[in-house]
Amino acid sequence: MLQKSDSLVTLKNAGIYRSGKWLVRGVAMTVESGEIVTLIGPNGSGKSTTAKIALGVLNPDEGTAIRRPTMRIGYVPQKLAIDWTLPLTVSRFMSLTGDVSRKQADDAMAETQTLHLSKAEVRTLSGGEFQRVLLARAIARRPDLLVLDEPVQGVDFNGEIALYELIKKIRDELQCGVLLISHDLHVVMAATDRVICLNGHVCCSGTPRTVASSAEYKALFGARASSGLAIYEHSHDHEHLPDGRIRHGDGTITDHCNHDEENHSDDSHNQMKNKAGNANVG
Amino acid sequence: MLDDFFSRALIAGIGVALIAGPLGCFIVWRRLAYFGDTLSHAALLGVALALLMEINVTLAVFVVCVCVSMVLLVLQKRATLSADALLGLLAHSSLAVGLVALAFMTWVRVDLMGFLFGDILAVTPTDIAIIWSGGIGVLIILAMIWRPLFAATVNVELAQAEGMKPERANIIFMLLMAAVIAISMKIVGVLLITALLIIPAAAARRFATGPEQMAMLAAIVGVVAVFGGLFGSLEWDTPAGPSIVVAALGVFIVSVLPMPAILKKKQHQNTRKTQQSRGLE
Repeated sequence: MLQKSDSLVTLKNAGIYRSGKWLVRGVAMTVESGEIVTLIGPNGSGKSTTAKIALGVLNPDEGTAIRRPTMRIGYVPQKLAIDWTLPLTVSRFMSLTGDVSRKQADDAMAETQTLHLSKAEVRTLSGGEFQRVLLARAIARRPDLLVLDEPVQGVDFNGEIALYELIKKIRDELQCGVLLISHDLHVVMAATDRVICLNGHVCCSGTPRTVASSAEYKALFGARASSGLAIYEHSHDHEHLPDGRIRHGDGTITDHCNHDEENHSDDSHNQMKNKAGNANVG
Repeated sequence: MLDDFFSRALIAGIGVALIAGPLGCFIVWRRLAYFGDTLSHAALLGVALALLMEINVTLAVFVVCVCVSMVLLVLQKRATLSADALLGLLAHSSLAVGLVALAFMTWVRVDLMGFLFGDILAVTPTDIAIIWSGGIGVLIILAMIWRPLFAATVNVELAQAEGMKPERANIIFMLLMAAVIAISMKIVGVLLITALLIIPAAAARRFATGPEQMAMLAAIVGVVAVFGGLFGSLEWDTPAGPSIVVAALGVFIVSVLPMPAILKKKQHQNTRKTQQSRGLE
């Protein structure tokens, strides 16, 4: 056998044909345990369709999808609407597709900072809260393969960064494979092992750095986009707690973050400060 | 006790309410009200066929309902008309075909009103046996497919991705619907079955905090409606089937009243009254 037998999912030349056209075609991709694979591409480029082939929701009309038969999947769909008629609390939602022990559910909710919402009705959550609850449900299952379809939509920039860090942490803890779909071309997290850039077919793939510098990527998104493909690497000295307070690096908790005293090693922050400083001098 | 027509009606009605509640929740959650209507209208065609071929009415209705839901599945996949147009087409044409077929059978004298609006007071011990054994069967199967069916109700793709086999659950659910309509047709009639499925579930929603709880509450509301409707029909000499639906509607209206606001107002009035009386002293 050519492919490694421990791959979670292997797509070979996979394609989906609907209403007279190919949504995606010729997709080759593998996801291994403990690996984060990110799918990027413009709208309608077949990112979600590719993920659905990998999940087994769609059967490829061409090519093959080989999925490890015993694997447990955790899926965070792009859209999920809960009707008013459906009474569903967050804690009941955790065991939607399988038994999850109380501890597993609580751990997952604590990790995504949604534990305080466990008795809330899913319908009443804000966009950002709902995204975190969706993620909590998926990881409470202790999946072998975690598939996230645009998990950062409706989440503000800080939340987005926190979510990417959390995904990396989950991967490290569970040693699961992660298939991540991102609409955000500018922030591809540093933890991504491989980026696959789609545009109806695999346009280019490789490590984030290779893809960013590839000619195909530049042709697809333009030179400006490629210069903006930030490979996000930074560390925090404080974190925002769910109730709005701040826990600082030394463990103290305050109501506000005093931004003057912070030490973000993130370059963009420093640049902003420098600019502000220059403006003051001018 | 079974000698008394009224106790038989009560026992049969309770049996139907207990199955209609949980199943009705799924109808409400999945927006299948019109689908329920379609199946129950098609039931009349089943009645006509049963009389024509001299077979058991409940069985014939079940078979026709299953066929109609399968036709619907096929037509939906071909998708030329929208789903609601297809349902309307199937519902009313099967009702019309049923009525025409009955009219052709001049040799059978059939109480059409009994099939349209139910004839709960003519329930026989055999009917009760069918309702309760069939009903228990339906509830056991529903409990077995509960998790996949509920997961598919929340999101089909999520359910499928996580190995819940939603297609299979959906087909079993359609069979259960057909069974419930066949079982409960005699109680409320083909025109009112959907009401018995939907109204208790809708009334239960306000007080439910979880899906399982809502299913149980809907069953209880249904039983209350059966009691209220039957005693009301005995008291005021109204038709039994429609009276049950009216009683269910009553429970629903109570459930949507803004209770906290009313209670507050009363308290407010009470305190004002005491204040006034104190003032008088």
